[in-house]
Amino acid sequence: MKLELQGISKAFGSFYANEDIDLVVEAGQIHCLLGENGAGKSTLMNVLYGLYEPTAGRILVDGKPVVFRGPGDAMAAGIGMVHQHFMLVPVFTVAENVALGAEATKAGGILDLEVTRKKIREISDKYGFDVDPDAVVEDLPVGVQQRVEIIKALVRNAEVLILDEPTAVLTPQETDELLDIMRQLKSNGTSIVFISHKLREVKAVSDVITVIRRGRVVGDAPPEAETTELASMMVGREVKLTMDKEPANPGEATFKVKNLSVISSTGQRVVDDLSFEIHRGEILAIAGVQGNGQTELTEAILGIQDRVTGSITLEGKELLGRSVKQVLGSGIGFVPEDRTVDGLVPEFTIAENLVLDLYDKAPFAKGISMRPAEVKKNAESRVAEFDVRTPSAENLASSLSGGNQQKVVMARELSRPLRLFIASQPTRGVDVGSIEFLHRRIVEERDGGTPVMIVSTELDEVLQLADRIAVLYKGRLIGIVGADTPRDVLGLMMAGVSPSEAEVSQQDNPDDMEGDFA
Amino acid sequence: MSPSELSPGAPPPTHANTINEQQHGIWVKITQGPGLVSVLAVFVALVLGGLLIAATDAKVATTAGYLFSRPSDFFSALWAAGTDSYVSLFQGSIYNSRQGFAPFLETLTVSTPLICAGLGVALAFRAGLFNIGAQGQIIIGSIMAAYAGFAWHLPFGLHLLVVIFMGVIGGAVWGGLVGLLKARTGAHEVILTIMFNYVALYFLDFLLNTKAFQRPGETNPISPILDPSAVFPALPGSRLHLGFVMAIGLTILVAWILNRSTIGFEFRAVGANPAAARTAGVNVARSTILVMAIAGALAGAAGVAQVAGTEQVLTAGIAASLGFDAITVALLGRSTPWGTFFAGLLFGAFRAGAVTMQISTGTPIDIVLVVQSLIVLFIAAPPLVRAMFGLNRKSKNKPPKTPKHAAPAPAAPASQGGGA
Repeated sequence: MKLELQGISKAFGSFYANEDIDLVVEAGQIHCLLGENGAGKSTLMNVLYGLYEPTAGRILVDGKPVVFRGPGDAMAAGIGMVHQHFMLVPVFTVAENVALGAEATKAGGILDLEVTRKKIREISDKYGFDVDPDAVVEDLPVGVQQRVEIIKALVRNAEVLILDEPTAVLTPQETDELLDIMRQLKSNGTSIVFISHKLREVKAVSDVITVIRRGRVVGDAPPEAETTELASMMVGREVKLTMDKEPANPGEATFKVKNLSVISSTGQRVVDDLSFEIHRGEILAIAGVQGNGQTELTEAILGIQDRVTGSITLEGKELLGRSVKQVLGSGIGFVPEDRTVDGLVPEFTIAENLVLDLYDKAPFAKGISMRPAEVKKNAESRVAEFDVRTPSAENLASSLSGGNQQKVVMARELSRPLRLFIASQPTRGVDVGSIEFLHRRIVEERDGGTPVMIVSTELDEVLQLADRIAVLYKGRLIGIVGADTPRDVLGLMMAGVSPSEAEVSQQDNPDDMEGDFA
Repeated sequence: MSPSELSPGAPPPTHANTINEQQHGIWVKITQGPGLVSVLAVFVALVLGGLLIAATDAKVATTAGYLFSRPSDFFSALWAAGTDSYVSLFQGSIYNSRQGFAPFLETLTVSTPLICAGLGVALAFRAGLFNIGAQGQIIIGSIMAAYAGFAWHLPFGLHLLVVIFMGVIGGAVWGGLVGLLKARTGAHEVILTIMFNYVALYFLDFLLNTKAFQRPGETNPISPILDPSAVFPALPGSRLHLGFVMAIGLTILVAWILNRSTIGFEFRAVGANPAAARTAGVNVARSTILVMAIAGALAGAAGVAQVAGTEQVLTAGIAASLGFDAITVALLGRSTPWGTFFAGLLFGAFRAGAVTMQISTGTPIDIVLVVQSLIVLFIAAPPLVRAMFGLNRKSKNKPPKTPKHAAPAPAAPASQGGGA
């Protein structure tokens, strides 16, 4: 099936999320949409999937114009979509989830899951998905859940499959498996629209790459294009993808975590007997796939987890059992992983957000009276120092782009003398241009002699910043390795393989995944 | 009130909104949306109220009988019925030639407790709490203030200060308890405040039948009259008392707390994003207790204004429906201190003028309640008012910044937010 978008525009008020976009997806092709967060990729796909009505332009399937009033129409036309956030009912089985919305019934309207089970087995065997139709979805690993989403689309005879940032939640190994699946689907004639901002994956699997920037098509590129070339098309200017940083010059270990365990509100042991140290002047990166205890670890340090045992000391002083205010007051800068939830108050001004955890300290307050002049002065200097792109510091934080919001959070946390700096996902959802800037600030803080802890699920980021890497898996520390560890070994560690075994198995299969990422 | 605030089409978030985020957005829109919606809501409610008055008017009914032979009669009757009532409402609340501005002084008197209690509700709104408990807080404040007023006999000046202090403390404790229970047990403040209202109400009924509170020689549930030293000095020739100055002072105080103090910064942060507030080191539990205590104190001040100002005795109906009207006042005032102040004045005017309206035109007082309820209805459904006045359409038809597309775009569906 050949899918064409002609002159698609989508406006929200006076803002154009998509403007005059032309795109042709040939049958049996993997067509990549490359662009930064907020470039308009998801909007375009939502238009294609019938979730938004385009302001202008038309969609053609096999040369005939079609109008999609909703996802139902798009599905009927043979378009399937796997959203970034899965649309699965966690307590249902795989078969129930796949049947949902298009249930086969026996006489009298009785649900006939056997038909669905059979279809799932067929597809599963054909592509080697290894999915049990009777497994309950919430028990499945994220990678398998994603395959369930793909099965859902294939059962409905999708000929064009849209994958929206599918690798964001996967381990490097799962990512490779997904890329293999995509190649298989392609060889069976299914076209794939692959949305991503990760250059490595895009180059590994795409037939055609279309780069989108600020709602417009910048141009097409072959997969052989240089990474830096693709990056500068994406950003619109030259970008440096590698960090030159001086080797670490570690001092004494001032931040120590000993036998730390955290029990979640549901009674699970989410951080399990963790021990590590961070030296002054070094960056320890906590690597791992999302949801392996990183969030709980940082929250335990900050003091917002209740059931914590073990010990966390900074310069000899115990932090456990202290309030958040005391922890921050002891000289910790903390950048939470989700800035819009934990890092910012979107309805506050930028100036107010820049003092969100300093509002009651001098010079911003005298007694309980705040001093707006000082707040304003601080805002102006931080906005200038961190190059926050805004007409005024009195604008609401919600008016900023993701990258600029993150700059506000970082500016706030780095604006006082620190004894420890913790940043979770410091560049998630941040444009490539800002990443460069934020990484440099983190390294500067390290060079000033502060121990730095970075939590990141992006292996690229970990490898760029870290002096040492600690890998978490199911709340346990798999190992702490040097920054020169090969990424495949790290990938195996992120899947729970111990460092020594990972090294060995890597030597057994030297070309295991080099081929994909070369 | 800028067009951008009214525009429906901000770019949608790339991720699907969680239900919580959506609910939070609606909450903010209802309690803290643009003031224009308030103005329009009042206008629409008044028009509908006028139609309702006209529909029950005898002359309108008669003229409707021969509508097609002489429609002018019908329409002039319709206009007369509606406007007469509002004119007498105005005369009873602001100015009339016979009494001059005396009715306006009465309006100020009636609005005093509304403003105080409204400020309490508004403050809690800003901290993300739906404080329905103003009623109970007013009652407890009234009880404490009244007792101090009639049972203790203190020197002039000091006595009034003690009465105010007791009333404020009473409300603060009653509100603070709700905050404490919410912070410690996670109970929802709406349930808590409703139940606390009942407890306060029946506690008052009980007290008024005890020896300590019942007026000697009286079988009705009514307290002794407060000492002259315990009541607010009044303006000669009217019921307006110094409590109104207190209401102005409290408005300034609340404005300062919200906009200039560190605790107000905490309240607003907790109200807008509790997760971020917690991460930034704000003690959310303490903040919840404190904001409820201050909200209660403000409602307590409303109780003081009742017993030490307008009524000067404690009765079972001392709080009337003030605590619930306060919610309306805070909503209409968009939860800002000065918005609440003026909304309080408006509702005070309705109350004060309604009596005159009933006497001179026979329109029942209840119509004022209908208008009040309609106002709240329109505020609670902001898109409804905007749709009525075509505000949505106006912002949509603005020419795009880049007039590249010659062909007019097909009309986009009215709501596309959250569709992702």
